[in-house]
Amino acid sequence: MRVSGEIAIAPAVVAAEGESPFRRLVADFCESRLAVVGLVLFAAVAAVAILAPLVSPQNPYDLRQLNLLEGKQPPGSPSMAGFRFWLGSDDQGRDILSGIFYGLRISLGVGILSALIAFGIGILAGLTAAYFGGLLDSLIMRVVDIQLSFPAILIALILLAVLGQGVDKIIVALVTVQWAYYARTVRSSALVERHKEYVEAAHCLALSRGRILFRHLLPNCLPPVIVVVTVQVAHAIALEATLSFLGIGLPITSPSLGLLIANGFRYLLSGTYWISFFPGIALLIAIVAINLVGDQLRDVLNPRLQK
Amino acid sequence: MSEAPALVVEDLRTWFFTRLGVAKAVDGVSFTVRRGQVLALVGESGCGKTVTGFSIMRLVDPPGRIVDGHILFQGDDLVRVPEGRMRQFRGARIAMIFQDPMMTLNPVLNIETQMVEAVLAHATASRSEARRRACEALSMVGIPRPAERLRAYPHQFSGGMRQRVAIAIALLHRPDLIIADEPTTALDVTIQSQILFEAQRLCRELGTGLIWITHDLSVVAGLADEICVMYAGRIVERGGVDEVLDRPHHPYTRGLLGSVPSRNVRGQPLIQIPGMTPSLLSLPGGCAFRLRCPRADGVCLESPELTVGVNGHAIRCFHPHAGEAGT
Amino acid sequence: MTVFLIRRLLQSVAVLFVMSLIVFAGVYAIGNPVDILISPEADQGERERAIRALGLDLPLHQQYLVFLRKAVTGNLGESFVFSEPALGLILKRMPATLELALAAMVLAVVVGIPLGMWTGLYPGAPSSRTIMVGSILGFSLPTFWVGLMLIMVFAVMLGWLPSTGRGQTGTVLGVTSSIFTVDGLRHLVLPAFNLALFRIALIIRLTRAGVRETLLQDFVKYARAKGLRERRVIFVHVLKNILIPVLTVLGLELGGVIAFAVVTETIFAWPGMGKLLVDSFNHLDRPVIVAYLLLMVCMFIAINFLVDALYSVLDPRVRIVTRGT
Repeated sequence: MRVSGEIAIAPAVVAAEGESPFRRLVADFCESRLAVVGLVLFAAVAAVAILAPLVSPQNPYDLRQLNLLEGKQPPGSPSMAGFRFWLGSDDQGRDILSGIFYGLRISLGVGILSALIAFGIGILAGLTAAYFGGLLDSLIMRVVDIQLSFPAILIALILLAVLGQGVDKIIVALVTVQWAYYARTVRSSALVERHKEYVEAAHCLALSRGRILFRHLLPNCLPPVIVVVTVQVAHAIALEATLSFLGIGLPITSPSLGLLIANGFRYLLSGTYWISFFPGIALLIAIVAINLVGDQLRDVLNPRLQK
Repeated sequence: MSEAPALVVEDLRTWFFTRLGVAKAVDGVSFTVRRGQVLALVGESGCGKTVTGFSIMRLVDPPGRIVDGHILFQGDDLVRVPEGRMRQFRGARIAMIFQDPMMTLNPVLNIETQMVEAVLAHATASRSEARRRACEALSMVGIPRPAERLRAYPHQFSGGMRQRVAIAIALLHRPDLIIADEPTTALDVTIQSQILFEAQRLCRELGTGLIWITHDLSVVAGLADEICVMYAGRIVERGGVDEVLDRPHHPYTRGLLGSVPSRNVRGQPLIQIPGMTPSLLSLPGGCAFRLRCPRADGVCLESPELTVGVNGHAIRCFHPHAGEAGT
Repeated sequence: MTVFLIRRLLQSVAVLFVMSLIVFAGVYAIGNPVDILISPEADQGERERAIRALGLDLPLHQQYLVFLRKAVTGNLGESFVFSEPALGLILKRMPATLELALAAMVLAVVVGIPLGMWTGLYPGAPSSRTIMVGSILGFSLPTFWVGLMLIMVFAVMLGWLPSTGRGQTGTVLGVTSSIFTVDGLRHLVLPAFNLALFRIALIIRLTRAGVRETLLQDFVKYARAKGLRERRVIFVHVLKNILIPVLTVLGLELGGVIAFAVVTETIFAWPGMGKLLVDSFNHLDRPVIVAYLLLMVCMFIAINFLVDALYSVLDPRVRIVTRGT
């Protein structure tokens, strides 16, 4: 309990003209310019990824559009097809900029999809553990603890060694790596919420268990989970890129940014830096943007920092 | 008592500059504490009594700040002394006891560390000498087997024991003034009376002035010599404890006394003061108690001043009661 | 406390069993053990002999026992590529990886904690904001890309530091390590920093959060009320409170650092276990992969156990509570 200097301004802070909690969240969030920048950046990146075929000067995976003679052109050079290699071209004559746009699609897509699936599984597991308690709770939490004590990359490596390569296998690996965080976070919140009065009230109204879990308990557990989601999406994207870079991740048919960077690795020492450099920057922007947003969300939603 | 007073607070103002406005937690508070005397600072939560205590120690955290007033202590004005000198006062000449000793003692350090550092902060001594003094202080407050207890950690003590430790720490350097901020609120009633008894005894014996901050009037009656009733950052009534408790003049004091359960007649509904403590950011104009006061009228739209009566009994009200309590 | 430790020890052994089951199931049940354990270049006759020798024609639970027995004696198969026992190969490379990992951890602590405390104590200062932005970058930048950039800047453009390999080693007190030679240090700097960057960012943020939360606690105010110097308040009262969670995280991160060395070793061609692993993936040298994974799992469980033991020593509340159980 904190006693120091309690002054009676609480009523005024909590209910300023019947402001909804969501509105206040948005207001608090926007206090950090960095976070807003992050949000805007992410929106831009996502837009570019979704609209890749429309905004790319070239489709780098259409062999007919490629010309080996245009390989390794420095950034800014003109292309024979009439556009510019704004960020240079790689050894096959592929436009780096276009490659980035298409690569973003895959990197973001895989990252977000795996995060969402892990989110779903994790929430189910966490809610179940918290609500039913007892043996089920112990069992689920044991598994979560064990999994969380191993580094993500090791788990991913084990899975990929066993399952082999492929987009779906990568997603399975990413989901497996992430679900445990969601499960644990949701369970902690749910344990606290479970004892609150509104759950009792719902019980008394003889609402079905499912209804109680999902309509009443879940929405109140969400704030800390939202923070975890942002961090995890960034991690998933970074992990996928790392695995692809190592050659263990996505196959060449689904070139993510990691693969692009790997392609350019061998040319790095000879000065043809742009093949690795720019995809790296793109990856960086996506991840930093998500982390900026997640950071501010965490500060805003952390009850212990609210004096 | 014709000696110099231990502490004189004159027109102290401590304001909090928040995003939503200025909260005047302490707005023109004045009182005097004499040596060996107990002054009770009474009021509901949020009335500014704790902030007053912290202001005297100059431990007000931002966004709060002492904006005006004087705190005269042993020839210095505590509001204006440099931080280095203030640090020399803290713990040595002025000590503070907080409300919940579980939170005020560092949970990861043992009692010995926390007491020895308190000794060494203001005295040059060897560690063993400091430990000896700590032991002595612990026995003085009635803790058995002090040498063993020193090795323990805060969570191994009961609430009452922890508070005794806090008192022991406060007394290590024989301060001239102790500020006790609701030290018994977190304890059960039986322990409470023990602590109160100890505190009173020590003050009488050592001549220490004591400011006892509380919201519990029943504690005040047996303990204090003088009482200040605070409301919304200001003192609304001040005087000798018997005087104020037997003949309360301010409607708020009456309300507080009336709402003490033991004073109510069995079977009758408990008397309450209607309404709620106002937020410091949106105080009603004029007298802050106006909206809850049964005697308020148009005059109360002005802010009343503190008028001091002939026997030192001070009131801040346009319509004070004149008679006995309960009428 | 001993009860607590024994319980944790038993738990660790149990987890070890479970993990060995998972790896076993992965290799023998889900994957194709013939592909995984027998060199693809073997002809039909050799293959059949190998199948019998490895017991792949036995029922599954018997295979598991064989597997366990072999694992305990250190026989985890032979590398396809090197024709040497897989475990031996890995153990030979382990010192290099450990050296890299430890260097990275030391860097993380030495740089991270002071910076974290600074930003926690003076959150508004421009230096703090810069450090925080830097920490977000350190946290978000994929390690492999940072490695590439480090090589590009320091090796190619500036030419100050070498870009690949491990330098010369020196031996002091029976310990052989690169840190004892200047050449060795020069080779160690970039990869260690690369590996450490993420952890530095993590520790800065953890320390900062810890400091900010702790400063709001009543006991800090109380320490000041006792008249203690601000320096003591920060470095004794606040620091001890935040060190416990930070060190626990660090302990757990050690394992992560060793695992993640895979990436750094690949980029900098550092001759450790990680590079071996990646090469094995690319050459489909599965026995080595299996051996590596099993070894890492063991190491992890050991590290987690040690961290738990350390935690119970550091936090008096845990120590004393468990004494009563």
